[in-house]
Amino acid sequence: MVALAIVAIVAYMTLESRGMWEFVLPFRGRKIAAIIIVGYAIAVSTVLFQTITNNRILTPSIMGFDALYMLIQTIIVYLFGSSRLLMLDPQQRFAMEVFVMVVFSSALYFWLFVKAERSLHLLVLVGIIFGTMFRSITNFLQRLIDPNEFVVLQDAGFASFSAIDQTLLWVAAGVIVAISLVIIRMLPMFDVLTLGREMAIGLGVNYRRVITVTLVLVTALVSVSTALVGPITFFGLLVANLGYMLIGSAKHRWTIPAAALLAIIALVGGQTLLERVFSFNSTLSIIIEFFGGVMFIVLLIRGSVR
Amino acid sequence: MKRLVFATIVVLILAVISTMVGVYDLQWGSIFNADDGDNQLVLLVSRVPRTIAIILTGMSMGVAGLIMQMLARNRFAGPGTSGTVESATLGLLTVLILAPGAPLMVKMIVASVFALAGTGLFLGVLSRIPLRSPLIVPLVGIMLGGVISSITNFFAYRYDLLQSLSVWTNGDFSRILRGRYELLWIAGILTVIAYFAADRFTVAGMGEEFTTNLGLDYRKVVFIGMVIVAMVTAVDVVTVGSIPFLGLIVPNIVSMIMGDNVRRSLPWVALFGAGFLLVSDTFGRLVRYPYEIPIGTVVGIVGSAIFLTLLLRRSARVG
Repeated sequence: MVALAIVAIVAYMTLESRGMWEFVLPFRGRKIAAIIIVGYAIAVSTVLFQTITNNRILTPSIMGFDALYMLIQTIIVYLFGSSRLLMLDPQQRFAMEVFVMVVFSSALYFWLFVKAERSLHLLVLVGIIFGTMFRSITNFLQRLIDPNEFVVLQDAGFASFSAIDQTLLWVAAGVIVAISLVIIRMLPMFDVLTLGREMAIGLGVNYRRVITVTLVLVTALVSVSTALVGPITFFGLLVANLGYMLIGSAKHRWTIPAAALLAIIALVGGQTLLERVFSFNSTLSIIIEFFGGVMFIVLLIRGSVR
Repeated sequence: MKRLVFATIVVLILAVISTMVGVYDLQWGSIFNADDGDNQLVLLVSRVPRTIAIILTGMSMGVAGLIMQMLARNRFAGPGTSGTVESATLGLLTVLILAPGAPLMVKMIVASVFALAGTGLFLGVLSRIPLRSPLIVPLVGIMLGGVISSITNFFAYRYDLLQSLSVWTNGDFSRILRGRYELLWIAGILTVIAYFAADRFTVAGMGEEFTTNLGLDYRKVVFIGMVIVAMVTAVDVVTVGSIPFLGLIVPNIVSMIMGDNVRRSLPWVALFGAGFLLVSDTFGRLVRYPYEIPIGTVVGIVGSAIFLTLLLRRSARVG
């Protein structure tokens, strides 16, 4: 899979680039770095989220995390105005946003997951509705903001792979590396968590603390990917489940890299195919949405048959 | 019956308030004064059609939701959670691509056919799943809707129609003028038909075997219900755009008070739907006066909040 990922990356970098290497390489390089970061962030956050919630259908984006991120962005612009947002250094801004996200989402999801035992279907449904509500409120506030400020917000929220801020990219890369280091240290802990809550506590895991830390990690990863490219709902679900299937083991040492590599292969390969072969543009997320949705229905049906 | 009359009066008062709200300052004293042309023009071309459109949409969507819940035998079903709305949008897009100049009527019929197919697909998928949890029904519906709308998005993107698409995916009454809403009367007529067929839907809600035992053709009843739901949804999507959760929350709130007898609760659902939509629309017009916030957004916030409370309350009670 590593080889496949490299092939995809090289193909993306070289196909149909006539001359001008010194322009093409940095330009595409930046794009590909963003794609890799996003793929990695989505895959890892999904696997971790599924571990702490102990199921294979929920993902952060289905639970409305990225809609929440957009909402927070909008609220910041609404309250402070775009000039304040622009004056802030992107790194500080990002840190602040992630902080607010973490506080909100931890509160929300502790209330949902830890307080009471609830059925899985209820959780998914509640998550989807929360997503809709966040999006509606975002829409509502955006109508209240005056148009000039809205443009700033749109830039902040809907950056695509082709227009990525370089400083943000460095911040994102830094965050990802830091998070990965923490994750590597916690790997065995995650394996224990897959055994279920009671078992994990019995084996001496400080359950509450581990869950909190993981939630913080997941939210930070979601913020990174949403800040870079905006929401992609079903991608995490797709790659995480394909990862489980391919690996056939629940060990996080294997599932996390597998999912991350799959994500990179799918995104880079998909983007290469679409851009170079079919010469479409940015419909990749729509196609992902289609396959992800179908996969979700299949998972639901299979799950309820079993 | 007395209470029903009272509720009707409340809705009528709301309707009058709704016609009074707007940028142009209506002079009620000179409405019947033919010299004051502007006044009459605003009232007849914009305000009254808008209010009528709101009432018709609210009534028909509420009733469509009620029928859908009976057919799927699930509290959380509705045109918005069964792929019906998304299919209607896909149908509309198809007309726009293949025959851009087609009259509204054609658009509506094609959208209805698509909506019917989508609803059929949804009920078909449902019959394949052993229903272990009632919540799986809206989940499958929402996901099916997501898949269908990703197809819509794909083609809209290719034909550069994303922007016109967004007009139908977020309901908005501000485009309603005389001559642009009359299709909604069809939805109104369908609502009346639904009232006369109400008992059949009540029976169908009790299951296939029970229905057959009572001597009714279950498949026929389901089909009639599907046609009504699909056509109402198509009309509403074509003229005002989709309004999230409306068909879901209205019947739910009514059935909490009234129970599941469709003939008894249907007038209430219709009235409550109209009233709810009138209030939401007036709110959307006042909050950022003189601009407006589309009804889809307002109902999206209120509706999802109500839906969440319904979900969490129900589960707390069941345990």
